[in-house]
Amino acid sequence: MNIEEVIKLARLARLKVGDGEVEGLGRDLSAILALVKRLESASLDDVEPLAHPLDAVQRLRADEVTEDDRRDAFQKIAPHTRDGFYLVPKVID
Amino acid sequence: MTERWQPVIGLELHMRLKTASKMFSGAASAYGGAPNTRACAVDIALPGVLPVLNGGVLKMAVAFGIVINARIAERSVFARKNYFYPDLPKGYQISQYESPIVEDGQLEIALDDGGVKSVGIERAHLEEDAGKSVHGAADGMTGVDLNRAGTPLMEIVSRPQLASAGEAVAYMKKIHSIGCFLGICDGNMQEGSLRCDVNVSLKPAGAKRLGVRAEIKNLNSFRFVERAIRHEIKRQAALLESGGEVAQETRLYDPDLDATRPMRGKEEAEDYRYFPDPDLLPVAIPPSLVDEVRAALPELQEQMRERFVRDYGLSQADAVQLTASPEMAAWFEDCAGACGGGPQLAANWMTGALSAALNHAGIGIADCPLDARRLAGLLDRIADGTLTGNTARKVFDEMWRTGAGADEVIAGKGLAQISDTGELAAVIAEVLANSEKQVAQYRSGKEKVFGYFVGQVMKATQGRANPAEVNRLLKESLEKAD
Repeated sequence: MNIEEVIKLARLARLKVGDGEVEGLGRDLSAILALVKRLESASLDDVEPLAHPLDAVQRLRADEVTEDDRRDAFQKIAPHTRDGFYLVPKVID
Repeated sequence: MTERWQPVIGLELHMRLKTASKMFSGAASAYGGAPNTRACAVDIALPGVLPVLNGGVLKMAVAFGIVINARIAERSVFARKNYFYPDLPKGYQISQYESPIVEDGQLEIALDDGGVKSVGIERAHLEEDAGKSVHGAADGMTGVDLNRAGTPLMEIVSRPQLASAGEAVAYMKKIHSIGCFLGICDGNMQEGSLRCDVNVSLKPAGAKRLGVRAEIKNLNSFRFVERAIRHEIKRQAALLESGGEVAQETRLYDPDLDATRPMRGKEEAEDYRYFPDPDLLPVAIPPSLVDEVRAALPELQEQMRERFVRDYGLSQADAVQLTASPEMAAWFEDCAGACGGGPQLAANWMTGALSAALNHAGIGIADCPLDARRLAGLLDRIADGTLTGNTARKVFDEMWRTGAGADEVIAGKGLAQISDTGELAAVIAEVLANSEKQVAQYRSGKEKVFGYFVGQVMKATQGRANPAEVNRLLKESLEKAD
């Protein structure tokens, strides 16, 4: 994994990676990918893709409103609120 | 210029599903509300919460899949679509990537030339909506309202098989109708219940290979979809004609300028790093569930239209108008069922006076100040001869204004039809006495003048005279005097 790929991944994940760390991270990630790549040699013809390690299926909820408005409680722990909105640093679309 | 180029269009529609609660939480799913009053701990992504799928959402997707003859997965998986934006508190949207619930469907659309075209639907999957950001809310900060966060959406992806703006709109209207008649979508375009992303590319006429496509995001009306596609086809054709190339990009349609422009490049936006959501187990959709949904499917627009023609004897045009929405159709059936004057009388009044009044007030049938039984009561008074067409219209206007019943208005305003022979004969005698000139003309063979006498009688009775009686008595009086 080259330096550009590490920087791109870090940006997508919003992780701050120092200049000095990029190279080492690239080496580590490459090693992990190499390890995972060995799995490609296994024969998977009869194997269903696994989406979850538990052999169970999703429980369903009835379509009912069960949650009341608890905005005041939730907003007590928010850094900034006004008029019911959560306030965040300005986002430019 | 555009004949040299064939447009290839695909639509991604986001249908907001009409549930009581959200997709993965028990908070209310209804549109609107004071900011953040419909956002529970799951929706705002407090630590430690877990999503649980709303079974109603699943059934809605299955119903849609059945209607478009699609393959319904027996096992479906939810995935995380990762990106960062303040109206997405988890840092990912729960969506589907591999194994969507609905795959490989077909939809027939009616074309302008009277033909029918089958359009492929690649997939329909479930995903949660994001919240809303309100810019410039306070102190140069951005306000976030998470009421919409977690409300259920079904994303419906067509194959790139639409060839014009008109076809795209016909396809979108068909999906809208299915959503409304299945009762899975409220169909409210202004509130974003059906939003559309359009992919447009051009290829040289007859060519196999597709051209580079541009995507136009977030169109929320049929008209904007049509105009945006028309504009985009023109733009790309001009670009290709002049030897340029179309850039693969996302564009926004500006209705004020009637033009599309590139969106500010969302950096690496396509790189969503999907993976199965470990918080959600795979969903099982057993054949028994599909059968259960199939058995409960309501009548769709076309079936209803055909039934109205067959069972009520309506014209195709009336049936089309009266099945414009499930609410309209239910209103008609209610009214026709309660009305002694028969379904055609109900249809005439609904497509006539009632539609005009609704249009004038700018409201839909759901907000109609009259209910179907009230209109039926008015129609009964026409059928039994109490009202003439003319006075019925006056009664209708008064009922619309006050919400009163027909009999109440008729009694209050003295609008009942005059059929009493004695009363009418007196009016006629007076009219004839005051119309010597016309009487002479009539007697000299100018029979056209008869209409004048009818008009005078109607004027004298404020339109309440029974027209058949007036005709009979007038003829009698004029002949008698001969």
